[in-house]
Amino acid sequence: MSNIAPNKKNVLVIENVSKVVTSPEGPLTILSNINFIVTQGESVAIVGASGAGKSTLLGLMAGLDIASSGHIFLNDQDLTEMDEDQRAEVRAKNVGFVFQSFHLIPSLNALENVMLPLELNNKKSAKRYAQNILNQLGLKARVQHYPHQLSGGEKQRVAIARAFAAEPTILFADEPTGNLDTRTGENIMNTMFELNRNKQTTLILVTHDAKLASKCNREIVLDAGSLIKDSNT
Amino acid sequence: MNAIKFAARAFIRQLKSGEVLVLIAAISLAVGALTAVGFLTDRISISIERQANELLAADLRIRSAEAIPEDWIKTASDMDLDSALTQTFPTVVYAQDNTALATIKAVSTQYPLRGNVRISEKQYGDEYIANSIPDINSVWVDGALLSRLQVKVGDSISIGNADFKIGAVLRYRPDQAIGFASLAPSILMNISAIVSTDLINEGSRVNYSLLVAGEEPSIEKYTKDLEGMLTDSARISDRTDSNERTNQAINRAQQFLSMTAIISILLSAIAIAMSARRFMRRRMDSVALMKSLGAKKQFVVYVMTLQLTMIGLVGVFLGCLMGFVVENSISSMLASLFAGDLPEPSLRPLKIGFLAAFILLPGFALPSLMQLSATSPLRVLRKDSLPIPPSQFIVAVTAISAIGLLLYYLIGDAYLLSIILIGAIVISGALYLVGRLLIVLLSQLRGNLGVSWRYGLANIARRGRESAIQIVAFGLGLTVLLLLSFIRNDLLIGWQETLNENTPNYFLINIQPKERAGVTNIFDEFDIAKPDFVPLVRARMSLINNEDVKSRSYPEERGQWMANREANLTWSNTINASNKIVEGEWWPENYSGTPLVSVEESAAIDMGVTIGDTLTFFVAGENVQATIANIRQVDWNSFQPNFFMVFSSNALESSPMTFITSLRLNNDQSDVFNKLLVSYPTISVVDLEPIVQQIQQIIDKVSLAIQIVFIFTMAAGVTVLFSAVHSTIDERRFESALLRALGMKKSMVLLSLLSEFSAIGLAAGLLAAIGSSILAWQITDRLFDLQYAFNLFLWLQGLFGGWVLVCFSGYLATRVAIKSSPIGVLRNN
Repeated sequence: MSNIAPNKKNVLVIENVSKVVTSPEGPLTILSNINFIVTQGESVAIVGASGAGKSTLLGLMAGLDIASSGHIFLNDQDLTEMDEDQRAEVRAKNVGFVFQSFHLIPSLNALENVMLPLELNNKKSAKRYAQNILNQLGLKARVQHYPHQLSGGEKQRVAIARAFAAEPTILFADEPTGNLDTRTGENIMNTMFELNRNKQTTLILVTHDAKLASKCNREIVLDAGSLIKDSNT
Repeated sequence: MNAIKFAARAFIRQLKSGEVLVLIAAISLAVGALTAVGFLTDRISISIERQANELLAADLRIRSAEAIPEDWIKTASDMDLDSALTQTFPTVVYAQDNTALATIKAVSTQYPLRGNVRISEKQYGDEYIANSIPDINSVWVDGALLSRLQVKVGDSISIGNADFKIGAVLRYRPDQAIGFASLAPSILMNISAIVSTDLINEGSRVNYSLLVAGEEPSIEKYTKDLEGMLTDSARISDRTDSNERTNQAINRAQQFLSMTAIISILLSAIAIAMSARRFMRRRMDSVALMKSLGAKKQFVVYVMTLQLTMIGLVGVFLGCLMGFVVENSISSMLASLFAGDLPEPSLRPLKIGFLAAFILLPGFALPSLMQLSATSPLRVLRKDSLPIPPSQFIVAVTAISAIGLLLYYLIGDAYLLSIILIGAIVISGALYLVGRLLIVLLSQLRGNLGVSWRYGLANIARRGRESAIQIVAFGLGLTVLLLLSFIRNDLLIGWQETLNENTPNYFLINIQPKERAGVTNIFDEFDIAKPDFVPLVRARMSLINNEDVKSRSYPEERGQWMANREANLTWSNTINASNKIVEGEWWPENYSGTPLVSVEESAAIDMGVTIGDTLTFFVAGENVQATIANIRQVDWNSFQPNFFMVFSSNALESSPMTFITSLRLNNDQSDVFNKLLVSYPTISVVDLEPIVQQIQQIIDKVSLAIQIVFIFTMAAGVTVLFSAVHSTIDERRFESALLRALGMKKSMVLLSLLSEFSAIGLAAGLLAAIGSSILAWQITDRLFDLQYAFNLFLWLQGLFGGWVLVCFSGYLATRVAIKSSPIGVLRNN
């Protein structure tokens, strides 16, 4: 093990993680023997070409999928030993998501979308809390709007509000600016980094965008399923 | 050219990937429901008709005052029809020193062609079905006659010049329905033994009957052929003439069954429309790609039409198969209830299934096909490039035309069709609006409920139109189901009421005026309440508005028959409780003006007479003319003596008359008959119990059949929900993955889906409870003349039924979505 920053808690520990899937041509290795540790408050960019295994790794780290071998500890809990519902509970308590396509629930308005993770955590006064964070992100006038009534930038801000609402330990972002124009994308990222700093949330970002990756304090490069570079080492 | 290959390849690919399965399922379920309903309706109608035919002991009866000519029998056998001969006549029979008037029914070995004769070893012993007719040395004798003659089974009885052994007590024969002509207790004997009695000579009053039974088309042909050969004294009867009460039950059953088929068609059409739309939407990408590669619009339309045809063919094949299998298993379950094998259905339902698929599919898929063919090739670059949706007007016109065409084929009556279509549009429109309103109300609740309910209710609101359609489809299905169970209960309760402790179970007929006091005394002796003696006058109608009844024309054949037959008349200055005036007024109790007459409604319609017309009857050598003062509805189920013609007292009270009365006797009071019949041998007793039972059996079967058939309507409702939910399955799958990525447990995802379906189910149930209550109120009031009573159980049934059904079918349709892995959220946009 390496890269353990002094006085900082390990939020995510990836230990010898591999992912192999079966294909008509036989077993196909998507990720091979990945190891790294992420500490509290870090911002990590995972970069690599298409098919390098970035999204698969993100899925494994967030407990959305299970590794073929190895261990993943999220807040000291071994995700690889848990069933789906247990992993869902860990996500509800510790994880926030921001997606490239925003993924807001179309039938819920902005406020209800932000309330969702709070309610899943049985948080009291979820409504007030959600309202506050939307206000902070400048969406006060949009709280009752449905996703189809919002612009791309607004949708992503609602998604960010939803991601930060439950005050997660770790936030996963999958190409968060991929569907936005450059300027809106930059604004969104600034907001995200600011919230990351203020709330001491750990940020793991999957991106193609080198400029965006450079804003993170650490960069992990994947190639054909292997970790070929970790800027911390 | 290539289009066929291309379409076939695409179709096989879609079959393999399961993409077209829901559309195929919707079509096959629709066709399956329709054909199953069709097959079952066919069989049940035939069976019910046969049951009604029991009242004739055949499908057809030809009665004549002269012996039946050989060629009538030969024609029947040439057409592969079964036949039996009967001879009926009154005579005095002897046993020891006692005599009594009896009706002899001499029958050939095939008798009865429909129904069974039931006999017993002793007078009140267990009865059983007779497998043959009496041999030539014995007779089966009615219990009342045994009392009168003071003999028992095993004793000897003299009929004419021959002696016969009493082989059994005759308890029931199918054609013993009430008729006033031959009501002396009957004796069943072998027709071959008639000669030995020497009773039939020239001029004897014998009623000859030829009974015929067989396949419907042959019966129809035989009836037609025979009409040319009939002599003046002969008359053909089929089940429509056999009994007013059973006709009512059968007509209602047929109305209900037709309504079921129509509702199934409407619901299936919605299911097809929904899944066709999804199918077309999913084709947009490939159409855009085909166009970007140079395919012309015409080619696209051609390919899509071919694919739809292939889907339709597979759907029809599977649907017919399903209809056949389902119907067969239900029929075998029902066989015991229908006393024997259900008759084979015709093949018409298969044709209907095929036509339904190929009228509904284009009718409901055409607008989507038009939209699809307009897909822009730009969509390969921009996913949000959607073709302009077809106008609502075109969608409505093609859909209504398709439904109209199909229903026209089924009903064949443009006027009735337009009433049904307009009714369906108005009712569905109203239900749809109520559905939308309920959705708005439900969405108001979502702020106050937990996360699962909020998500569920939000889903309903978001898919407002689809949700309202689901509520309407389910609500409609449930409404008819609830209505039916309500009406069935009502009917049965009505029947039970007719069988309560005060309801008559015997008629006494042919009581002479001077015998009334004596009869009353005997009743007093046995502690039986004094019955009402209703006068009965036999007469023939001679003139209607001074025109000869023989030369006059009538709106209905039945009217002509009624005007020309020997009629039973009565007189009264008060109206019977089981009658209701529908037109005109009843005369005052002390009326003494021009003679008046009250005519039963159906008789008035069939004879083409109305208030103010004059009827002249030939009564005991004198003409009696009366003016029609009012038209009456008669409750034939009341088991009170009822008449088509009731005169004012002053018209008939001086005519020769007998009296008729009805009474209720328990089994232990049957001794009264012994005394009564010994004292007054000319009085006849008619036991109503077997007839009541027979009719009740018909009603039981009819309502059971209708309920089973309505389950198919519910199946069509389930198909609608399934198609509607399935058309959103991609969204649901993704949202479920998203919710789980955000940390929602599987059980909560399920709960949120169930809360959505619960709300739809409860709304549909509520709608059904309200709808069926209103309809039940109207029907009980107008159709059955019964008092409507609010039924809480009906409401609970509606709510619970709606909830369980929708949740169950919703769960079936979405369980794939619940299981979808949260990783899908990273792979799907």
